Amino acid sequence: MCGIVGLYLKKPALESRLGELFEPMLIAMTDRGPDSAGFAVYGDEYDAGVKLTLQSDDAHYDWQTLADKLNDAFGSLDSWFQNANVAVLKLASEENKVLSWLAENSPDVRVMSAGQSIEILKGVGLPTEVAERYKLKNMRGSHAIGHTRMATESAVTLQGSHPFSTGMDLCLVHNGSLSNHNRLRDKLKRQGISFQTDNDSEVAAGYLTWRMAKGESLNQALKSALKDLDGFFTFTIGTRDGFAVVRDPIACKPAVIAETDDYVAMASEYRALAGLPGIKEAKVWEPEPAKVYVWERDGAKVEAA
Amino acid sequence: MKTYDLSNNSLRELNQALHDSALLASEPEWRVTNPNGAHNIACGLNDDVSVDIDGHAGYYCAGMNQKASITVHGNVGVGVAENMMSGLVHVKGDASQSAGATAQGGLLIVEGNASARCGISMKGVDIVVKGNIGPMSAFMGQSGCLVVCGDAGEALGDSLYEAHIYVRGEVTSLGADCVEKEMRQEHLDELSDLLKRADIDTAPSAFKRYGSARQLYNFKVDNASAY
Amino acid sequence: MTDKPTNPALRESATFGRDVIAEIQRAAETGIYDIRGWGAKRKVPHFDDLLFLGASMSRYPLEGYREKCGTDVTLGTRYAKKPIVIDTPVTIAGMSFGALSAQAKEALGRGASEVGTSTTTGDGGMTAEERGQSSKLVYQYLPSRYGMNPDDLRKADAIEVVLGQGAKPGGGGMLLGQKISDRVAQMRNLPMGIDQRSACRHPDWTGPDDLAIKIAELREITDWQVPIYIKVGATRTYYDVKLAVKAGADVVVLDGMQGGTAATQDVFIEHVGIPIMAAIPQAAQALQEMGVHRDVQLIVSGGIRNGADVAKAIALGADAVAIGTAALIALGDNHPRFEAEYQKLGSAAGYYDDFQEGKCPAGISTQDPELSKRLDPVAAGKRLANYLRVITLEAQTLARACGKSHLHNLEPEDLVALNIEAAAMARVPLAGTNWVPGQQF
Repeated sequence: MCGIVGLYLKKPALESRLGELFEPMLIAMTDRGPDSAGFAVYGDEYDAGVKLTLQSDDAHYDWQTLADKLNDAFGSLDSWFQNANVAVLKLASEENKVLSWLAENSPDVRVMSAGQSIEILKGVGLPTEVAERYKLKNMRGSHAIGHTRMATESAVTLQGSHPFSTGMDLCLVHNGSLSNHNRLRDKLKRQGISFQTDNDSEVAAGYLTWRMAKGESLNQALKSALKDLDGFFTFTIGTRDGFAVVRDPIACKPAVIAETDDYVAMASEYRALAGLPGIKEAKVWEPEPAKVYVWERDGAKVEAA
Repeated sequence: MKTYDLSNNSLRELNQALHDSALLASEPEWRVTNPNGAHNIACGLNDDVSVDIDGHAGYYCAGMNQKASITVHGNVGVGVAENMMSGLVHVKGDASQSAGATAQGGLLIVEGNASARCGISMKGVDIVVKGNIGPMSAFMGQSGCLVVCGDAGEALGDSLYEAHIYVRGEVTSLGADCVEKEMRQEHLDELSDLLKRADIDTAPSAFKRYGSARQLYNFKVDNASAY
Repeated sequence: MTDKPTNPALRESATFGRDVIAEIQRAAETGIYDIRGWGAKRKVPHFDDLLFLGASMSRYPLEGYREKCGTDVTLGTRYAKKPIVIDTPVTIAGMSFGALSAQAKEALGRGASEVGTSTTTGDGGMTAEERGQSSKLVYQYLPSRYGMNPDDLRKADAIEVVLGQGAKPGGGGMLLGQKISDRVAQMRNLPMGIDQRSACRHPDWTGPDDLAIKIAELREITDWQVPIYIKVGATRTYYDVKLAVKAGADVVVLDGMQGGTAATQDVFIEHVGIPIMAAIPQAAQALQEMGVHRDVQLIVSGGIRNGADVAKAIALGADAVAIGTAALIALGDNHPRFEAEYQKLGSAAGYYDDFQEGKCPAGISTQDPELSKRLDPVAAGKRLANYLRVITLEAQTLARACGKSHLHNLEPEDLVALNIEAAAMARVPLAGTNWVPGQQF
């Protein structure tokens, strides 16, 4: 099982401090998830094309050569940089074309995320190790969600770590245990969604991608999820413009939300929020079962049953 | 008054001290500072002492409390005063899920709101919540009193045994075998006493009583759909 | 059971046998599922399908008596200040006062203490008789929390957090009205004579991440003195054991689907959970992968009947076993001396499993004062002690034949299987071959 955290900054002035504020939240959840950790940071926006986060098992992977090859193929590589065993690339091209090229030409490289704002970084090890590896505390952006993992029914591997991304700028972290994900995975595979693991959370992410590809809004997709997913879950979902929180109708897995004029934060335990600025005056409350909560860039907080 | 700063002292030593009757005889008043949401603060106490916690506590604060008076000047996490036997636990802020779970005695007061499963499986405790309570509260409540000045969430008193529930505000829905019941003088008296102990000014007549319909006490075929 | 009719041309259906027909008819008459006690009655792969490879030209046996074969076990070495040492690896499993009479609980305490092993409370709390008689008492911490209190918690020698049991993994306790006597009702805080409905999940935690916090609370309340066990019914054992270790257990207790109960739905007993023989290798693998095998101890139960079962369970990786059904039989349950009374109840000695009715002629699974008076706790305790000694000696005999000076040195390589299912489940070769089916776990 796990710990999940999310931080959404309402004020652009705070964006330079996103990593600094978020890192202690993640590390506070170490006891709930000592096996591996991961987070998605939304920032450094790239509207011209697609931003990819790629990861390799090979510590000495030659990213420069890959970058050159991509540029040769597409002529649109705007920039790239390396962060530990991850490379972040910005290409002014269509996402699908780039992903197909990568699948064919560099199948050993893992695409962790794709979008215009998202970067997903995750790995095996204690949360504090993972955070240090990727220099989380220096990252800037508008929002972040994260996860510390205690593996339940699947293996402790990189791929098994959260957040799971199955769509542009979309990712999900999960605390709980689904009970009907195996049949659902088969159904989604037949709809064209691909999976890297036997993890239940990956199925939830794939399900949302599928619903949204059919034209549903995030809000509608989450309401569909409440009907179609069985088991125990608190989900925190990251999207380009904000984040969402939803709990199953039985609501046994914890969730706490703290809100001030500056931010909205969620966590599995209050401890993770205790260090946030202004937390003593924050409105602290728990989301209700089977309700979808969405916070987005235009400042609106949407609750719908 | 003994002050204990949790930000640079261990929880283990705090709880060990709070279990030391000989020590407590000469130090019966404690103040815990910088709790920062830590779990298991002041659990398993067994002496008539007072503990003030300055800030928010995490899970199972005052768990299995016996005789002590524990006040939290902030919010509490899951399971505050779970399985309490006697004594007083007073939460100035809000309580998370399963407040007072399976508790057999004592008094739990929550000034703010309590979330889901408040009083779950209660076995004799008295719980008074000044704000609202969340869904699935008093699930399988066996005995004791749950008093709510605000509203109650869905499925109140599902599978209820003999616990008494008094709610002043709205009840979103009642659980299986839980029904509204007549307020008689003995109930008004019982409620009045609890309101007084919790320092609440509201008249007992403003509350409604809910209790078990007792239809699920012995299995009957016709009730199968309730399962 | 009546004998077959004399017309030799009649064929009984294997699918709709007479017992199945009777059950369908009973369901149609009453509209309620069949509730009974005992464990799974149908045949499933079990220890009988395994054999030990005894002494030979390459392995030499130990002499009895003079050449010791140790049987002691220390439980709770991981975190507890006061681990428990038992003199035999056979412990008494959790069974409640309520399910059993006070006399039966006292007898279990007497018998266990005489041989230096532990007993376990059940879903109803700790009685003074049991604490008084048991030299080592494990206190169960269940979803219902009936009778749970800190004074008893502090009196316990260990605490067993129960997620589930083999007879009904995912089901809560069940005690029908006829057994909710005055005393039981008082201990459990329930009205007399009702059918107890029980929670199947704990009220204040769900999942190993929150269980870790709960275990920390129990340690804080007891000042880290005593071992904390986690008990699960055998289902997804490999993952469960890893999670139990991650949640902070000192000891994992694993109950196979053959494990007994005092009352639950027959359909639950027969169709949920896996045989203990299939669970132990998963548990051992999980513990080994985490580097804690023998540091986090493993107690297994579910159909342990004799010293061969004890030795085989340990050879597969357990540190100790627990007995429930066998202990009750040793006390006197289903004894032929009560045949006439079993017949009156519509059953027979050797078949009686209606513990839920509370009419046990042996005075064991009843609250009726007249019936329970029949069980003399001292004599019954003596019988239990005798039985425990016998099965311990049997286990030692087999271990010595395998050249072991301690039961813990038994290993899977000392075993072979008689059939493919047992070979696959126990992960030992089919006798005479080196084939272990299904190794791609």
